[in-house]
Amino acid sequence: MDKLAAAVADQLRTDIPEFKAGDTVIVEVKIREGNKERIQRFQGIVIARKGGGVNETFTVRKISNGIGVERIFLLHSPNISRIDRISIGKVRRAKLYYLRKLKGKAARIKQDIR
Amino acid sequence: MLGIIGKKIGMSQIFRESGEAIPVSIIEAGPCQVIQVKTSKKDGYSAVQVGFGGKPDRLTNKPEMGHFKSAKVKPYRYLEEFRDFKVDYCKVGKKITVDLFKEGDSVKVTGISIGKGFQGVVKRYNFAGGPKTHGQSDRLRAGGSIGASAYPSRVIRGVKMPGRMGGKRITTRGLQVIKIDHKNNLLYIKGAIPGPRNGIVTIRRQES
Repeated sequence: MDKLAAAVADQLRTDIPEFKAGDTVIVEVKIREGNKERIQRFQGIVIARKGGGVNETFTVRKISNGIGVERIFLLHSPNISRIDRISIGKVRRAKLYYLRKLKGKAARIKQDIR
Repeated sequence: MLGIIGKKIGMSQIFRESGEAIPVSIIEAGPCQVIQVKTSKKDGYSAVQVGFGGKPDRLTNKPEMGHFKSAKVKPYRYLEEFRDFKVDYCKVGKKITVDLFKEGDSVKVTGISIGKGFQGVVKRYNFAGGPKTHGQSDRLRAGGSIGASAYPSRVIRGVKMPGRMGGKRITTRGLQVIKIDHKNNLLYIKGAIPGPRNGIVTIRRQES
């Protein structure tokens, strides 16, 4: 490990489950409103994982009331309380940006039954 | 104000407990050693000369070696002076570590900025350039007029023109120390600091 990675190694989370582009996940995010803290769920398809080390992010896309919504999360952020993988997708590329152009039936992803 | 010399390791980010991601520059600072104390009586000004980073004897020439010998220290690769403060408490041979700072301190960081080569005025001085359309050609990144005509019949000194950019000594002020790693001599400073990775920088406390 180089010095830069070693210097921020303590920032990495070890409790993150394995998941990749194409998987459907539920991300539980801590949201602070004043002094209250609550948890918000965001369910959708992972369309990209970007960056490495502490800077790694992932993008989750869902269709909410007919409108496509994408949210980018910092993978190692302490604000993410849990990531649940609910299904494994069978895809041929690492970035699924083509889903943005598709809707309805065409925007489905084959499930990997393992 | 006494400072410390360090090597820029690079930039990354750190999470606050509130979940905020903070951009940080990471510097491997010290351990440094005081090599010479200059006083206004003897040297005309008061300063403390500090060394950082060891170097083998075979790379040290004789006059340098004599300088280090008189301080009874091993040869150092980088020397820097910190001046204009009360130097009484600095003794030759005194070790300087990141303990000099504490988290939350306001600091200034000095280094040699990344050399950008010969650059035009748009990049170098943030000129707007010319219009792209309305019948223009070759004006997009032009600097415009550099002065009047018959009077003064010359270009005023100091007019901003293309030239070498970067590679200069730059001080970034008002930066905040986010975290200190005493074991590995690391300073985590919020925001960007001058210079490339592995560049030598000096860190001083910001007097306010």
